[in-house]
Amino acid sequence: MNAIAIRGRGLVKRFDDVIAVDGLDLEVRSGECFGLLGPNGAGKTTTVEMLEGLQSPTAGEIEILGRRWDRQATRLRQRLGIQLQQSEFQDKLTVLETVRLFRSFYERGWSAEQAIQTVSLQEKARAYVRKLSGGQKQRLSLACALVGEPEILFLDEPTTGLDPQSRLRIWDVVAAFRQRGGTVLLTTHYMEEAERLCDRVAIIDRGKVIALGSPAELIGSLRADHVVELELESPLAPETLAVLDEVLAVGEENGTLRLTVRHPHRAVPLLLGELERRGAKLTRLATHHATLEDVFVELTGRHLRDS
Amino acid sequence: MSRWVGAPLVQLSLAKTRELIREPEAIFWVFIFPVLLALSLGIAFRASGPEELPIGVEQATGADWIVATLGEAPALRAELMTPETAREKLRTGAVALVVRPGTPWTYWYDPTRPDSRLARLAVDDALQRAAGRTDPHAVATEELTEKGSRYIDFLIPGLLGMNLMGTGMWGIGFSIVNARQKRLLKGKVATPMRRSHYLLSQMAGRMIFLLLEVGVLVGFAVWVFDVPVRGAWLTLAALCLGGALTFAGLGLLVAARPQTIEGVSGLMNFVMLPMWICSGTFFSTARFPDFMQPAIQALPLTAVNDALRGVMVEGASVIQLWDELAIAGFWAVACFAAAMWLFRWS
Ligand SMILES: Nc1ncnc2c1ncn2[C@@H]1O[C@H](COP(=O)(O)OP(=O)(O)OP(=O)(O)O)[C@@H](O)[C@H]1O
Ligand SMILES: [Mg+2]
Repeated sequence: MNAIAIRGRGLVKRFDDVIAVDGLDLEVRSGECFGLLGPNGAGKTTTVEMLEGLQSPTAGEIEILGRRWDRQATRLRQRLGIQLQQSEFQDKLTVLETVRLFRSFYERGWSAEQAIQTVSLQEKARAYVRKLSGGQKQRLSLACALVGEPEILFLDEPTTGLDPQSRLRIWDVVAAFRQRGGTVLLTTHYMEEAERLCDRVAIIDRGKVIALGSPAELIGSLRADHVVELELESPLAPETLAVLDEVLAVGEENGTLRLTVRHPHRAVPLLLGELERRGAKLTRLATHHATLEDVFVELTGRHLRDS
Repeated sequence: MSRWVGAPLVQLSLAKTRELIREPEAIFWVFIFPVLLALSLGIAFRASGPEELPIGVEQATGADWIVATLGEAPALRAELMTPETAREKLRTGAVALVVRPGTPWTYWYDPTRPDSRLARLAVDDALQRAAGRTDPHAVATEELTEKGSRYIDFLIPGLLGMNLMGTGMWGIGFSIVNARQKRLLKGKVATPMRRSHYLLSQMAGRMIFLLLEVGVLVGFAVWVFDVPVRGAWLTLAALCLGGALTFAGLGLLVAARPQTIEGVSGLMNFVMLPMWICSGTFFSTARFPDFMQPAIQALPLTAVNDALRGVMVEGASVIQLWDELAIAGFWAVACFAAAMWLFRWS
């Protein structure tokens, strides 16, 4: 079965002077994990909150599980689990009390204890929310989103600011949810997160989808598996390197030259020879497998995270 | 977990109650502050028998006879002093009146001070009688010291009303705006929670707290000051519940839109200040001029205070308090409805 779980058509959201979302189409299939990848301010949260029925679009249509938000919204919410970006909870409730409260809103679902166990927060069940670390709070909000056994899980930057270990835990919970047949829509600006979790990714920039596909397809669209980064003592016009056979594309950003190449073992010696011939001195050279980040850089000339 | 405990309204109300009870400041403002206020005002205005008025007598010939005569009068206490001291004491209010012996006797007093005016009458009466005046008609006096007519008996129902207002407004208004500011509300709106449940739970959670709050203040007043509760306790309880609902509604309305704590604080003070002053908490509403009376009587705190006084001091029944109940009920319903309509969820 490949029904459409989430559909957004021609979505536009305009605030007073900014257009946060600018004509965005998106379809998430049932059982799929779909990622919205984009830099700060790209419009990810605005898009997701429109789909969640929390903001109304300036224009466009939304269908969630075949229903629209203007009718029987409460019935629809019974089937969704929503984690907001940086969710907060009442400070002086315990973890268990908080999850119980959220459980009470749903007609069916797990017990609060079960939800807490799923996100491995048992030791903190009786601790006040305000005593939790960032990662623990994030897991609490995941427990609250999962406790009604939703069909669709919306996660807005579920792992931003967390250490790698906390991130892995959250990834595990999401993977387990998918195993049970759940649909996930998540936003992130971590490319590894998108590569690891998502079946398909939409890269968003300035309120528009600029690329869509599986992570492998998107990286494949670069026509090259590898990226070589060079820093030189004195600047060199990128075009001078573009003529080399092994180099497929050259870009420049903040004094760093980025070359996409298919075979680094052949390209690097060629490059070094060329640089030596021109008397250019290298200060840094690095190569890595192409990632979604490189796709983004290639499409926009900018990085996902402002560094 | 039973069905009942798992009901959203129960869980939301529990969360609300926990929020209130786990805040140490709330405990102070709700329980300790009103008791301290009652205690200090009760002591300051206690009825300690007829108070003696301090009188100064300037040193001069004939002063000794005046001091002795005034000393025998029941409510006066006279003291000999130099003219400079007398002037100083009169100015600072340490004496109510100064007598300057001679012919004629001069009464030096401040006509703007009630105690000073009173002293003028009492001193003159005592001196004239001692000098040989006879009254053309005999009089007898009778004194009222009945429980229920003292200032503290007037004050306690007012404090109770004021406390119902304060706790309802702050306890609900603050926490809602705080929840909005920290995006707690948005997190709840994203779930299938019914919005009316949330608003009702704010009021319901408040009610659980109410029992403790009223119990402490009324218990204290009865125990320490022997304040009477002449009406039925059940009527008093019902009134407190009604009053709390009224102010919970008002708190909800005030918190319906503001996005920041500063915003809601300002609005709340703006709403509460007129009631602190005009609604007869510390002194009777009758002191305000007639043209203000319709507005004052329409204020929710006036209605609640009057009703509480009616039950505690006069032993009124619910039926006799119909007017006040109607006013308070109107405010409760109107505020809740308006809050529902205006409420900003994110
Ligand atoms: N309520 C609002 N009023 C005005 N502008 C807004 C509002 N919400 C978002 N914006 C603007 O819309 C744009 C998109 O914001 P959005 O929060 O959707 O970005 P994002 O992709 O989620 O970013 P981040 O990665 O930082 O979370 C930004 O320029 C933001 O300033
Ligand atoms: Mg965002």
